[in-house]
Amino acid sequence: MPVGTQGTMKGITARQLEALGCRICLGNTYHLGMRPGPELIKQANGLHGFMNWPQSLLTDSGGFQMVSLVELSEVTEEGVRFRSPYDGEEILLTPEKSIKIQNALGSDIMMQLDDVVSSTVRGPRVEEAMYRSIRWLDRCIAANSKPDQQNLFAIVQGGLDPALRTKCLEEMTQRDVPGFAIGGLSGGEAKDRFWRMVTLSTDRLPRGKPRYLMGVGYATDLVVCVALGCDMFDCVFPTRTARFGSALVPWGSLPVKNKQFAKDFRPIDENCDCPTCRRYSRAFLHALFRSETAAMHLLTVHNIAYQLNLMRSIRESIVEQRFPQFVRDFMRTMYGSRERYPPWAMEALASVNITLE
Amino acid sequence: MHRAGRVASLWQRRSRLYPRSRDRDLLRPPVMTCRVLIGPGKRAAYVREAAGASQDLHAACQLTSMKLSLSKVVSGCRLGTLTNLGKNGVQTMELPGCLLYTKTGSPPHLTHDTLQAIKGVPAVVQLTLSTLVELHEVLEEYKEGIGKFIGMPESVLYCSLHDPGSPCPSGYNNNKTVSIWGYGGRMEMTGSKFMSMQRALQPDWIQCLSDGDTISGETSRKRAKKSVDRSLSFLDECLQLQEKSPELQGSVMVGVIEGGDMLEERLRSARETAKRPVGGFLLDGFQGQAMAKETKLKLMASVTAELPEDKPRLIHGIGKPDEVLECIERGVDVFESFYPYQVTERGCALSFSYDYNPDPEAAVIKQNGIQDAGKNGTEKDINETSKADPEITSFEIFLKEKRYRDDFGPLVHGCTCYCCQNHSRAYVHHLLVTNELLAGVLLMMHNFQHYFSFFHSIRDALRDDRLDQLKELIFRQAL
Repeated sequence: MPVGTQGTMKGITARQLEALGCRICLGNTYHLGMRPGPELIKQANGLHGFMNWPQSLLTDSGGFQMVSLVELSEVTEEGVRFRSPYDGEEILLTPEKSIKIQNALGSDIMMQLDDVVSSTVRGPRVEEAMYRSIRWLDRCIAANSKPDQQNLFAIVQGGLDPALRTKCLEEMTQRDVPGFAIGGLSGGEAKDRFWRMVTLSTDRLPRGKPRYLMGVGYATDLVVCVALGCDMFDCVFPTRTARFGSALVPWGSLPVKNKQFAKDFRPIDENCDCPTCRRYSRAFLHALFRSETAAMHLLTVHNIAYQLNLMRSIRESIVEQRFPQFVRDFMRTMYGSRERYPPWAMEALASVNITLE
Repeated sequence: MHRAGRVASLWQRRSRLYPRSRDRDLLRPPVMTCRVLIGPGKRAAYVREAAGASQDLHAACQLTSMKLSLSKVVSGCRLGTLTNLGKNGVQTMELPGCLLYTKTGSPPHLTHDTLQAIKGVPAVVQLTLSTLVELHEVLEEYKEGIGKFIGMPESVLYCSLHDPGSPCPSGYNNNKTVSIWGYGGRMEMTGSKFMSMQRALQPDWIQCLSDGDTISGETSRKRAKKSVDRSLSFLDECLQLQEKSPELQGSVMVGVIEGGDMLEERLRSARETAKRPVGGFLLDGFQGQAMAKETKLKLMASVTAELPEDKPRLIHGIGKPDEVLECIERGVDVFESFYPYQVTERGCALSFSYDYNPDPEAAVIKQNGIQDAGKNGTEKDINETSKADPEITSFEIFLKEKRYRDDFGPLVHGCTCYCCQNHSRAYVHHLLVTNELLAGVLLMMHNFQHYFSFFHSIRDALRDDRLDQLKELIFRQAL
């Protein structure tokens, strides 16, 4: 799910995004709640109407900003107190307020407000946050004024502590929510602890409801986490790295901004059918990047196409009962040789009986 | 590209040339009766041997590869069509018209897909040497020309010297070189370096290397004379070099008319340039604010009076609707579309009306639209007017103004562009306030389409004999 934080997919139009095959993207409650605010978006027929996005939308609760903008925030049982970076005003984001904003935004899937701690944090704060997230989940469920139109997902916390995470899963799966997110990960923690928490979570989540792993976006991580039982992912990485001049390819990434591409007249990926690869060369993108925003848009289109393509290939291979082979091919293309395969990925795949050569 | 088939028809077409005395020399049969496939370079040599008057025949080849047909001249305005344009000779351009502005070969903020969503995109694209000059080596290696490199293999390409957005510092040209400001700084172009770059670019139209450094402040007669002398010298040099360049046989050289604000020099430049086998003329040195308006317009009229009717007249640096009309009345055919880009960059949307045929019901709405634009700057909100660009004209609305925050109407009522059909003023306002990239994309789409539609309405007005109504409408909005 590409991330369109402020109600826009960063330089590409809604039509372009839809043409790439995107069927759901993200908006952010914190940012949109600040500007332009829920009242205005309500007047505009919700975020769908405001952006004119005919497909699905998922809104994050604003919780992650607690971690990313931590200098500006303070967490209590009541909610999160933010100091707006735009006008210095203080805002208190409670579970009720977050849901109210999301109800105004009218997203198809909304996320509970959770007490997020960075995955690198240790100690009692992690446990406190885990229990609070459960209490906040209940408050969010109660506050949802449109349960028949908007799907509220729970977010499993507990950091990197198996006991805490298990406890959280036990509690949250007792609530009747349409889907579950695995939160509190993908924040810089060691990969071999990361995958163990993912698999621990998917083991205990109901099979009949979607599992959304938040913040995961690198290709390898996507493939491995699908193997571990995750269904949905979001990440700013592909669009952000595009704006910084990097194109994603099955064998890694091409920093087209770099001099080495100045005379490379091939498309980014010969096998890619996206609008960028059909018409433009690496050399042109390199030249354009120096001064033109159009270069960013061209790379954004490609990187989104790459991600959507990857996920589609995964789905096809699952349906055609050849997912393990797909994984093997993917890894070989990405890393070249077995020595280069990341150990954590091999272990994680082995845990679900996918062996790599 | 084989030229053999074209040689035979070249002879047929030549005899239909506009019969001017100097052209009669051209109406001699060529020695060869080619059906043989020969490459462009060899043909040039062959032609030279056969005819003897190489330059004239070469001119004939160029002339017949682009044709201007005038259907009407009204109050000095020319209505017509340029045909046989582009590498395949099948493109056309309606006159008066404008070019598609690009930077580094891309329309600003737009990809191929978003460009395709705009209606009325001109057939001829303006490239600027200043934004492409650093690609010389790359293009030499690429070999297939700038059109394909930038993903526009079908477009007709006009390469001008300077980017209209970056006016050149004064005092850097001399008898041998003209300075171009690329992204890496100043580059001195001799005639041969310039043509070497053109060989790598292979555009369809080339603004010849010229000295237009007469626009900053007072230009002495001496300096004006120099601009003419140098530009003519560059023109002769470049035409010669073009003859020897197989890659440029299909390209058209646009002669540049200089002379600052000196009438005599302007006339001399026009007459002398017209003697050369150029495919069109650029009225240069009318950019900027240095020249008084009356002087500009008078000089333009005097210059175009000296030029042949059957070749297009281009101008740079003129973009506002009222000024465009004034220039068309003085015989100018082709304009840039840099103005809609400027409007985009200051967060504005073109909103002026060019509908000289409004139905009475719609007239009220249009009236409101005009009032909208007129109210710019009278907003009491100090925060906003201080952020507003002082260059904002009365033809546009500044969407960052608070009043658009909850305005869910399109940018311009009745506009059929992608932005107006899909988004609201409130949304664009939000994008501007949050500094989102999409603001530039949507505004550029709207502004380009609005501007191209304006030119369409000019042509309609000329066709329908309603130029006066259009003029009145535009000048009423010029405030």
